[in-house]
Amino acid sequence: MPKKKARKSSARSTQSGSDQLRWMYTQMVRIREFEEAVKRTFIHHPGVIRGHSHLGDGAEASIVGALSTRHDTDFVMPSYRCHGYPIVLGTPLRQMMAEVFGRKDGLCGGFGGSMHLADPSRHFPGTSGIIGQSIAQATGAALTAQVKKKGQIVYCFFGDGASKQGAFFESLNMAAVWKLPIVYVLENNQYQAYTHFSLEDANAVAGDPLSKKAEAFSIPGATVDGTDPVAVQKVVAKAADRARAGKGPSLVETKFYRLSAHGNVITVPPLPTQFPEHEAVAVYGNRKEFERWKSKDPVKRFRERLLKSRVLTQASAKRIEAAARTEVEDAVQFALASPLPAPEEALQHVYA
Amino acid sequence: MAREMMYGDAIAAAIIAEMQRDPNVIFYGQNMAMTERDPMLKKFGKERVRIAPISETAEIGIGIGAAMTGLRPVVELWMSEFMLVAFDQVINEAPRFRYMSGGQVSVPVVLKAGYGFCAGWAGQHSNCIYHTMMGIPGLKVVVPSTPADAKGLMAAAIRDNNPVVYLHPYMLTLDKGEVPDGEYVVPLGVADIKRPGTDVTIVAIGWMVKKALAAAERLAEENISAEVIDPRTLAPLDVATVVNSVRKTGRVVLVDQAPRHSSAAVVIAGEIAEHAVGFLRALRMVTALDTPIPYSEPLENYVVPNEEKVVEAVKSVLTHKAVAA
Repeated sequence: MPKKKARKSSARSTQSGSDQLRWMYTQMVRIREFEEAVKRTFIHHPGVIRGHSHLGDGAEASIVGALSTRHDTDFVMPSYRCHGYPIVLGTPLRQMMAEVFGRKDGLCGGFGGSMHLADPSRHFPGTSGIIGQSIAQATGAALTAQVKKKGQIVYCFFGDGASKQGAFFESLNMAAVWKLPIVYVLENNQYQAYTHFSLEDANAVAGDPLSKKAEAFSIPGATVDGTDPVAVQKVVAKAADRARAGKGPSLVETKFYRLSAHGNVITVPPLPTQFPEHEAVAVYGNRKEFERWKSKDPVKRFRERLLKSRVLTQASAKRIEAAARTEVEDAVQFALASPLPAPEEALQHVYA
Repeated sequence: MAREMMYGDAIAAAIIAEMQRDPNVIFYGQNMAMTERDPMLKKFGKERVRIAPISETAEIGIGIGAAMTGLRPVVELWMSEFMLVAFDQVINEAPRFRYMSGGQVSVPVVLKAGYGFCAGWAGQHSNCIYHTMMGIPGLKVVVPSTPADAKGLMAAAIRDNNPVVYLHPYMLTLDKGEVPDGEYVVPLGVADIKRPGTDVTIVAIGWMVKKALAAAERLAEENISAEVIDPRTLAPLDVATVVNSVRKTGRVVLVDQAPRHSSAAVVIAGEIAEHAVGFLRALRMVTALDTPIPYSEPLENYVVPNEEKVVEAVKSVLTHKAVAA
């Protein structure tokens, strides 16, 4: 088993200019490589990943752009589609992949799996697999931040589907009443599980952006191109500043396109499972839509942009990509070699 | 030193004492601390004592998130049924985070609610819903039956590093009893023998402890010695204390305000069946009848367990009469 030192936290909101753009690209590539490795595992090692895994490919610009404004002790509370965020926070990919594989060396010892990564040492307390419910818990982290007065804020990420849950409306109301230091990032990846958002969102039906929901709580709302990390950074920075200034929550809709299906196919063992085609194709027969958005792949677009502006050269881009591939491949090998937990370990961690 | 105190005041005293002891304890809920005259607000300020909108999912979810990140929230929910609109947070969020994270996080939140308000509150505000919660690993459930236990168990609930549902029977709110002064903590998971006895074991929960003690008093006049056990916490459940008593008496009556199949009694009966086999000679469950709680007083009284039903059940287990299903 190759030994490699775990990466340190790579979140750097203090960097500026080209360094930060390269940092952004690096994180986006690391996320993409990780998600593709998870997806490949369903084919190369069937049965290794159990249950339901949800990938963030397509969300890289939203995740990295938003978290590029983060300070070191700010809380990050995403949904169950949670791989991308800890990657940016510097959680070792070895432990992350081992958790997805249900191994003893996993981030959560194999107790959580893909949907329930947690790294409280990096201010990522955990996720809920029940859509929308973590919005309330993230709001609670903002209450802690407000009461403890250590200057922390909360980055709360959730999807377009979650914004139809009662937890969303109740939480935003309470956060606005209590002026809690939180940025709600509504990641509109256009599909609520298998349903296109135009079929389930009142704002979408009316032709309005989903950030219009902010008006109901008299808080700032903005919609931004979620395929552009710099645009996301700009809008989220404003919301984060407002939270830090004690002025309360904001809602930012980052609009992009989920590039993989909602999750791997739900099958009953012993049938193997893997990722199906995207819902646009598999459910709606709309390959054109899928191809159109795929051509706007945020990682590729950002690469081209950085090459054009000479922030990256072909050589430096390839170095970043090769390093990410090596890091992820090492994580896969580590996870495959990690033992499964002993059965009786199941009795641990029920009570504190 | 101890002083006489009302049950409701004993709960408040514990919350105040814990808030004085630990700055991480905060307290919020609907329709509380509404004006600046509120004594809790005066004492602890607007950061730590808050009024919340009618939003149980957010109130409980915020409590969970705050607990995961370093606070110890006590959420005032008023009536246990109000938790039902947010049951995901109670059942499928709060008790899961520690386990799912492999022990990395803990969720020290207290969900405080009254229950079983049998004073004409009819079908939706008089229920006992602890059965659903007591079987959830990771969740603790507390049901105090005396002012002293109300104080000691609230202190323990707030200090516990797990989510605790603290359920107080509304019907006991004005009951008075001796409450120890100063720091007083009753450990979770330890039953209390409220009255020792030798002929029959009565296990009663919450308000029903009062009914069971009254029944035991009457039975004593007929030279029947009943041991009354109050589990005090339904999760963790002190099975050993109950089983040891049943091994001694061989006869048991379980008194529970909840309907039969959603009672704690039915769970305790199962534990007795497994652990006191060979000793058990007769068992009866005195529970609410299988109806929603009706409004009108005679209807309500008919459905809910009372002293007479307990006395009758004790006599039946002593004569070992079979009961038709």
